[in-house]
Amino acid sequence: MKRLISVFFLAALLLSAVTPAVFADETVTINFYNWGQYIADGTDDSLDVIEAFEEAYPNIKVNYMTFDSNESMYTKLKAGGSAFDVIIPSDYMVQKLIEEDMLETLDFANIPNYEYIDESFRNLSYDPDNLYSVPYTWGCVGVIYNTKYVDEADIGGWELLWNEKYAGKILMFDNPRDSFAIAQLELGFDINTEDSTLLTLSANKLREQKPLVQSYVMDQIFDKMQRAEAWIAPYYAGDYLTMVEENPDLAFYLPNEGFNLFVDAICIPKGCEHKKEAETFINFLLSPEICGQNLEYLGYSAPSSAAKEYMDPELAANPIAYPDENTLALGSAFTSLSLTGTQEMNNLWLTVKTADSSTTVYLILTAAAIVLIVFFWLFYKVRRKRRKARRCRKWKSV
Amino acid sequence: MKNKWLSGPYVLWMVLFTLIPLGVVVYYAFTDSVTGAFTLSNLANFANYWPIFLRSIWLSIFATLICLLIGYPVAYFIAHCKPTTQRFLQMLVMLPMCISFLLRTLAWVALLEDTGIINNFLTSIGLTPLPLIRNNGAVILGMVYNYLPYMILPLYTVIMKIDPRLIEAAQDLGCNSRHVFSKVILPLSVPGIVSGITMVFVPAVSTFYISQKLGSPGTILIGDVIESQFKAAYNPNLGAALSLVLMVLIFVCVGIMNRFTSDDDEESMVTL
Repeated sequence: MKRLISVFFLAALLLSAVTPAVFADETVTINFYNWGQYIADGTDDSLDVIEAFEEAYPNIKVNYMTFDSNESMYTKLKAGGSAFDVIIPSDYMVQKLIEEDMLETLDFANIPNYEYIDESFRNLSYDPDNLYSVPYTWGCVGVIYNTKYVDEADIGGWELLWNEKYAGKILMFDNPRDSFAIAQLELGFDINTEDSTLLTLSANKLREQKPLVQSYVMDQIFDKMQRAEAWIAPYYAGDYLTMVEENPDLAFYLPNEGFNLFVDAICIPKGCEHKKEAETFINFLLSPEICGQNLEYLGYSAPSSAAKEYMDPELAANPIAYPDENTLALGSAFTSLSLTGTQEMNNLWLTVKTADSSTTVYLILTAAAIVLIVFFWLFYKVRRKRRKARRCRKWKSV
Repeated sequence: MKNKWLSGPYVLWMVLFTLIPLGVVVYYAFTDSVTGAFTLSNLANFANYWPIFLRSIWLSIFATLICLLIGYPVAYFIAHCKPTTQRFLQMLVMLPMCISFLLRTLAWVALLEDTGIINNFLTSIGLTPLPLIRNNGAVILGMVYNYLPYMILPLYTVIMKIDPRLIEAAQDLGCNSRHVFSKVILPLSVPGIVSGITMVFVPAVSTFYISQKLGSPGTILIGDVIESQFKAAYNPNLGAALSLVLMVLIFVCVGIMNRFTSDDDEESMVTL
């Protein structure tokens, strides 16, 4: 036994002596937390960005993880327990994360490729001094529809999403911010309003739409639209360009009431363990060549003109990816809502999603069940009593 | 004494990973999400969600009853096969459980969708497609499909163990086959029915994935609401309160059922 223990100690000693030396040269893994289908991954002859990075920097490995909405990413960050090194939230979420002191400031000495970012995408309202984020992509939210089933006369505005002709074939965003924005634009409200009445009116508008909605989805939209399981969906312009390659019947328009203009930005959250490597990765993503090839695959718009030269010229001139200035003027960006505003919107969103029309049936069923249970219970009691009495009588007569 | 210590690892496991987390759930359910102070407002929120609770419970009751109606004859049939066939059939019942639950539900989506396999077939032979998905029926179908093995297996084990001599005795004493079933086999398989119902009803009532995939936005279940509280809305306090209420409701339902079946047990003992 003693020998066994000494062997164990020896092994432990050896291990402890060896490990630091090994890990000093060992590769560093950075956790990259991004939207689903939001980086070129080598499919369809695209460049595999992560593989290219790992080849260029063999001592850094990238662990790619995905989320499907800003809110679910925020929840995961807030819950803690997982260390992410690079995240890509949207504009209003960047602002929220900055306000809650959840982001690291970036060391731009490690990100020289920032120089390629266009002047119009620097110091944006969500990060006015541009300390915490660099833009990854930008784009607009519009309506995707299937030309085979949707009448051209019905398109043009957001009201297509409320058109009863297409009941059961309409998809909707599964996150409060994007969904409320659509209702607000349709009603002519500001998309950043925190006014209780306006929010309630927007929620009512969404509730009105609910019976027509097939489902509330995010990334599943690709599959459902491509297979024509659904015909109408609001989504990001860049994703439309990906979908139309699979199903050429799909078309896209920016509603004339206005639309949401968004920027998704690369940030480093607090709790990051490999900040320098993360910055190296960000720098790599910003290099015009990588950025161009990455965004060519994504279909989202590039915040750097230099990157456009590495893109298919047809895409770089596509009015859906790069609308003209008159169209862009209709767009408006999200700003972060206050905590109470967010809570109120979340609660209203939940009432929309849980709103119910068929309660009476269940109420009647429940009432019937309770009556039945009580009836049976009494019946059993009476029967048992009678049996007992009968048995007693029998015993007595014996 | 020794036996007592052997259960130690599990008791420790249960305290660490069931009782303590349950305490955390209770704590969250009674505290405010912002201030952390004691509050009953989370539980009061139940008032907004009772229609969903009702629907979840009813859909699960229907699913459980269908499981019982389908499962009992199957279990009875398996229990009366040759031992080798029994093993084979038992394996067949368990076979779907070897494939991921998520995958099986997604497969149903592919079958039932408007552009799914069944409707594509119907349109190709000139019929009109049917509204198979995104209704209560599809949700119940998903529950029945996924939880049926949990009904069949306990029933099978109980029915298999029924002493054939009891059946012979009943026949000797003049029971016809209907009475043999209602007076002997059914009362003796009550423990299997009870555990089968519990094992189907409890997971069905708290399910969330099936209703998301096979249901419509209008058929949301309480499991979906709880999930969204944790995943999207970031209000774990409300989520905890709702799951606490759900737990109590499940206890009540199971309790009512046990009350009846324990009565049945006494009765059957008497009749035997």
